[in-house]
Amino acid sequence: MTAPRPSGPAGSSSASPLSSSQAVSRDALPARVEALLADGHRLALAAGHDDGPAGFRVVYVFAHPGTDRRTELTVAVPRDDAWVPSLSTVSFPAGRFERAVRDGFGIEPRDHVRPRRLIRHAHWPTGWYPMRRDAAVDPAFGPDESGFAFVPVEGQGVYEIPVGPVHAGMIEPGHFRFSVVGETIVRMKARLWFVHRGLEKHLQGRTPDEALPLTERISGDTAVGHALTFAMAVEDALGVPVAEEDRLVRALLLELERLHCHTADLGAMANDVGLGILQTHALRLRESLLRSNAAVTGHRLLRGGIGIGGARIRALPDLDIVRSVAAEVAELVRIALDGSVLVDRFTGTAVLHREAAAEMGVLGYVARASGLDVDARRDHPFVDLGPAFRTCTAQEGDVMARFRVRADELQVSAALVADLVARLDGGLGTGRTWSGPGVAAGGRSDEPHQDLGGTPVASGLALVEAWRGTACHRVELDAAGRLTRAAIVDPSFFTWPALPVALADTIVPDFPLANKSFNQSYAGNDL
Amino acid sequence: MSVAPLVVALVQVAVAVVFAPLVIGVTRQTRARLEGRVGPGVLQPARDLRKLLAKTPLRAAGTSPLTVVAPVVLLASSLLLAALVPLVAALPLALVPGDLFVVVSVLLVGTVAIALLGLDAGSAFGGMGSSRHMTIAALVEPTVLVAVYALSIPAGSSALPLIVAARRDHPASIATPAGVLAVVALAIVVLAETGRLPIDNPATHLELTMIHEAMVLETSARDLAWVDLASWLRLSVLLGLVGNLLLPWGVAGTAAVGPVLLGALALAGKLAVLAVLLATAEVGMAKLRLFRVPELLAGSFVLAFLAVTASYLVA
Repeated sequence: MTAPRPSGPAGSSSASPLSSSQAVSRDALPARVEALLADGHRLALAAGHDDGPAGFRVVYVFAHPGTDRRTELTVAVPRDDAWVPSLSTVSFPAGRFERAVRDGFGIEPRDHVRPRRLIRHAHWPTGWYPMRRDAAVDPAFGPDESGFAFVPVEGQGVYEIPVGPVHAGMIEPGHFRFSVVGETIVRMKARLWFVHRGLEKHLQGRTPDEALPLTERISGDTAVGHALTFAMAVEDALGVPVAEEDRLVRALLLELERLHCHTADLGAMANDVGLGILQTHALRLRESLLRSNAAVTGHRLLRGGIGIGGARIRALPDLDIVRSVAAEVAELVRIALDGSVLVDRFTGTAVLHREAAAEMGVLGYVARASGLDVDARRDHPFVDLGPAFRTCTAQEGDVMARFRVRADELQVSAALVADLVARLDGGLGTGRTWSGPGVAAGGRSDEPHQDLGGTPVASGLALVEAWRGTACHRVELDAAGRLTRAAIVDPSFFTWPALPVALADTIVPDFPLANKSFNQSYAGNDL
Repeated sequence: MSVAPLVVALVQVAVAVVFAPLVIGVTRQTRARLEGRVGPGVLQPARDLRKLLAKTPLRAAGTSPLTVVAPVVLLASSLLLAALVPLVAALPLALVPGDLFVVVSVLLVGTVAIALLGLDAGSAFGGMGSSRHMTIAALVEPTVLVAVYALSIPAGSSALPLIVAARRDHPASIATPAGVLAVVALAIVVLAETGRLPIDNPATHLELTMIHEAMVLETSARDLAWVDLASWLRLSVLLGLVGNLLLPWGVAGTAAVGPVLLGALALAGKLAVLAVLLATAEVGMAKLRLFRVPELLAGSFVLAFLAVTASYLVA
């Protein structure tokens, strides 16, 4: 059902028969979006595009979990009249995407219910929009004059606790402002976006091969998740087929990443209630996984295994290590849950209710612990994972549910790894990589930013269940095979806003535990 | 009155100051070993102390002289505590009675000093820690009073040296229901008072969960050395008291050199055992939710109260 695109610059050459792309006028957008959402679609991404003199373009991508159908709505926005009708009353994530698009491109969401800044801190120059083609690369930053709009909470005994952005542990920067009565949190406001690297802009002008190593670094612990999503988006755009063996290798890498991340998280959550010994053991187990990873791809965090058009690893993981780690983690979880104090600390703490989670579009284990059965491995599969795969859910939405869901998923991942290794039967991936026209025409460009004016001729989209939740990339490529735009969405973008909601009626000393149970990425959120 | 008890008290203070960093070192090292880490060795707290003492304190802008005074007051209270509590010898001081009310008051002076220190820099964390600390102190002090009172009934005196001496001379009184209940109650409040698991986690880096550590976040260098030493002294003295109540043997009864030396050796042994036991127990223990702490402390108060009741029933 690919709709013809009369004049749009991004002529879709998408490989998937399930995607459709339609140009929509600004006036017709809200009704169209409402219809899609009512039909069970989820907003996966909304991204601005700067087509130079031709104006701006905002692309809204909707994914249908039941059928894997993807629908793109493209809205043309004139440069001198840059606004879009706000969807913030229809969809909470749409409202956040609109704020990000506004901060990046200066496209105003008209009638937005909360039109506050999102990614741009106040010291960024006024009127400077970093994602525009003509944006100066190195603007003059001013002092942060605005302060930050925290909703003041007043009343007897209410006080504020500011925390961060620099923390005492190895934690990424984020500022949290608590309004507290006694020890109970009345309201918490998180200020993130301290780690903006301009990643999406960095990707522009590069060939996919050049861009791939950057995407492995979007969020350090999601190297496979983001690299794979990016590679699949490029393959979708160019219609590159991927061999079954390579897809199995990719699924294997994805599960190996889930294994080591969940192991670390389970230990860290126990450590936050004072059970340091469980973390010590979790870190020991993670270390053996990381060393095994180093043998698999040559990198402890599994970088380097994914290529555009294929995948190649050095060795299959040692199943004895994976099995023994899974068994030991299961024992750690059992020890943890045998402790009545730990169970008391976890149970009923920082509850995220199903309705709130659904409304905010929360993803990953946080969503599954709140009873939302979302998992791109089932909803948007790129390989048949077989009977070893199942999604793990819980209903309670508290810290305990997020702990248990992680523990369950870890066991499923271990089983999947064993199954995938058996199916690969010694195969390490074909290593076949697509060499695009950009690469063929003379290899790397020394100045990837030189040519940002290319006209996109192909676009592609991918949804992958990274360990933290569904990652989504959408790429556009020009005739020379260079990226004109890469829009990246880490699941954290959807899940972060749910943390303050879950904190209602939580006490201050339980915040670190609640935060750890979410464990969202700061860098992946900010890009 | 001879000066002998005074000299012994000074010896006791000196012994406590030497032992306090070692007690902390032993707990940390034990914990490290049990968790499979190498650990920095039992001398590390002493090295830290030496390092801190060589540094010039950095004090937050806008702090009052309290920031300078409070660490010293805290240390003084801990040193006084070390003199009053029977550690090496059970000789009552004529100058200051080692009475339970005096001991509790001296503890309280230190508690208030550190709480004010937490408030003085005006940071949210310090205030939070002080507020939690005072909440716990309010629950701890009555238990200490009641528990020691229960122990004083069989001894016929509320002076700690006399209680310990009485238990040493009549070991049968140690294993009575009243004696056991009171010592258990005391042990729980000692954990609360000194910021150990499951009430407070001395090893955490999470500011929002801290109690004791939150109050000293703004303290540095020499000030921090005094605060640390004072807190370690508190732990050592209170552990020593619990040890001497449980096993009163070895505590010197006279001011002669021999018994005092023996007393110091016995104290070292008891502290080492208790420090290892404390660390071992902590490894397997999670930290209680803050709102559950009052329940635990109320439980210890009930134990102390039962101890009093039991002593009257027996007596």
